[in-house]
Amino acid sequence: MKRMLLALAAGALLAGAGAAQAKDTLTLGMVLEPPHLDPTAGAASAIREVTYANIYEGLTRIDRTGAVQPALAESWSVSPNGLTYSFKLVAGVKFHDGTPFDCSVVQFSYGRAMAPDSVNAQKQLFEPIAGIACPDRFTAVVTLKRPSALFLFDMGWGDAVMVSPKSAATDKTNPVGTGPFRFRQWVHGDRVELERNPDYWGSQPKLKAVTFKFVSDPSAATAAVLAGDIDAFPLFPAPEAIDQFRADKRFAVHVGTTEGKTIVALNNARKPFDDIRVRRALTYAIDRTQLIEAAQSGFGKPIGSHYVPTDPGYVDLTGTYPYDPAKAKALLAEAGVKPGTEITLMLPPPPYARRGGEVIAAMWEQVGIRAKLVPIEWAQWLDQVFKRTDYDATIISHTEARDLDIYARDKYYFNYHSDAYRALYQTYVQAVDPKAQTDLIGALQKKLAEDEPNVFLFALAAVGVADARLRGLWENQPIPANDVTGVSWAE
Amino acid sequence: MKGSAWRSPSLLAGAAITAVMVAVALLSLVWTPYRPTAMDFVHRLAPPSAVHPLGTDSFGRDVLSMIMAGAQSSLTVALIAVAVGAGLGIPLGALAAARAGLLDDLVMRGCDLAFAFPALLTAVMITALAGPGAGNAMLAIGIFNIPVFARVTRGAARGVWAREYVLAARAAGRGDAAISVVHVLPNIAAVLMVQATIQFALAIVADAGLSYVGLGVQPPQPSWGRMLNEAQTFIWRAPLLAIFPGLAIMLAVLGLNLLGDGLQDLLDPRLRRAR
Repeated sequence: MKRMLLALAAGALLAGAGAAQAKDTLTLGMVLEPPHLDPTAGAASAIREVTYANIYEGLTRIDRTGAVQPALAESWSVSPNGLTYSFKLVAGVKFHDGTPFDCSVVQFSYGRAMAPDSVNAQKQLFEPIAGIACPDRFTAVVTLKRPSALFLFDMGWGDAVMVSPKSAATDKTNPVGTGPFRFRQWVHGDRVELERNPDYWGSQPKLKAVTFKFVSDPSAATAAVLAGDIDAFPLFPAPEAIDQFRADKRFAVHVGTTEGKTIVALNNARKPFDDIRVRRALTYAIDRTQLIEAAQSGFGKPIGSHYVPTDPGYVDLTGTYPYDPAKAKALLAEAGVKPGTEITLMLPPPPYARRGGEVIAAMWEQVGIRAKLVPIEWAQWLDQVFKRTDYDATIISHTEARDLDIYARDKYYFNYHSDAYRALYQTYVQAVDPKAQTDLIGALQKKLAEDEPNVFLFALAAVGVADARLRGLWENQPIPANDVTGVSWAE
Repeated sequence: MKGSAWRSPSLLAGAAITAVMVAVALLSLVWTPYRPTAMDFVHRLAPPSAVHPLGTDSFGRDVLSMIMAGAQSSLTVALIAVAVGAGLGIPLGALAAARAGLLDDLVMRGCDLAFAFPALLTAVMITALAGPGAGNAMLAIGIFNIPVFARVTRGAARGVWAREYVLAARAAGRGDAAISVVHVLPNIAAVLMVQATIQFALAIVADAGLSYVGLGVQPPQPSWGRMLNEAQTFIWRAPLLAIFPGLAIMLAVLGLNLLGDGLQDLLDPRLRRAR
């Protein structure tokens, strides 16, 4: 008995010692697991939410406010005609695999993204580039075909990061970058672990290790945060539990904005969605305010086009198709869609889709459309819906910043083809005058609202929950990222 | 027989609760106070009132209607699962008892193997592999019911096979199959009925468990398990949302267990003689 008490006391002492030591690891919760870990070869935001700024770096980077900051390019100059960008690269940088970083890596990385067989999900970012020259090892001169106001911002995207020529081919499973964290292991279906890179060229991060844990179920996410298994959940899937966390001093709650344009994507190539009256009717049938209340506990702002209120040049088009079930019914009748017509609605794991799907099904039912809800796993969504466009309708949030280009692409899973929109988009990318650019962004939004290729729902809010002692987490998501390089624990 | 039934309060209570459950489930096919999927966004998370006797959930759906429809889906899943288990397990057990020897060993060791896997985990694994949905949930729960029925049937049937009238039937030249159907099964029907009732209760819990983790009946079709899951994050704002489906599951299981107990008392000849 005495021995047992002693052992207990020793255990308590040890536990006390452990608690007194400052914590230097972080477990961060995410709803979706990335399909792989190469941001230059896939569209899923989850890839960037793990790797951006942590593992991989680009010439520039986007900071927490959405502003462009130097990264692997410590400075740059732009020629007066806006066609030549001269980047001064940081010297002495090494990739995690030991490969030194210099101008040839810039040529390799951008060349790989621009190549005809490139699998980069955002090839349009590189489209203005005419050539990359290396006057010396640590100077990269990028010439453009035409001025591009967003070029420095675009090169800060996760899709434009630098990859090592030696290991680029295996980045999907074993990501190698120049960042302050390096890849340790990936337990599929559960977590990705990163550890501090002792050879990092910049200032060392305070955290020794970071674990990204994947939990899509709102109840499980809530339980994991309450139990302290997850330290921070930046895009928390259970907004209804926020009040509970607000009342609890152990946690800090923040509500920010994202670039997430949450939409009902419609397969415009399939009947009856090829008929604009049907697409408009499906929009008229939805009460966005009630949808946000019911599915997101009121977090989120209604949108009327593929653009969020926080981005420059936003035009409020939410009044284009106000909630009007009678009008929706009339339009459906006009288009020859019979009451009781069934639509398959694919629902990926995030609650905005799973819960939103139930709400939208109930709203559509009021106008005679029966939505068959099909819950679908993330990998299957990426394959069946996004890649093979084998779907009727789906709910999804597009988290890339200012991605109006996706409606101008030859092949994209909405199957929306409009020559007028494409022409307008070409005019926009070639516009130099900022005023003309802003006007064109407005015109693009209006054109989309008019054609309504998808049902535009709401801008996703960044509702985050974190341990109150954590410092330095991003409150907004100007780009999909969980930049933890500046995160630390308060004493 | 009738007289002794009236003397068993657990049988009566069990039968009454189960009858109410079945009646509610049947009623929900033709009538619920509201459509269980209809959402009233103005009255979200409403407390119980005259308009909504059990309140509304986060989508403004009527909880009473959802519980009624949930009873129907829950009982359907459990019924089919038990039917699958009994339909395959009883013939297997009867066969093992009739043939004895190697075949008996084979069937019984197969059952041991199946028992080595935790039942609910196996069901989760099967639905995770085959995909979520009511159909797969029925199959998954049904599959782990098979060895239960096989073992009970075999044990009870072995006793009957040792009886003189079976020997007589055999001497008269009747085959194993005929003896099993004509003499053995009718004599063990009581045991099997009790077992079926208990398995039915377990199947309801299993169905709720599968639905709770999202592998059972899919939305928008209501289910008790998913109602519990959805209520979990609202527990501080609307605790009743978790209590009502929980009560429904508890009542259904309690009713079936009481019924099973009562049936056992009533049907077990040895217990009857002892009284």
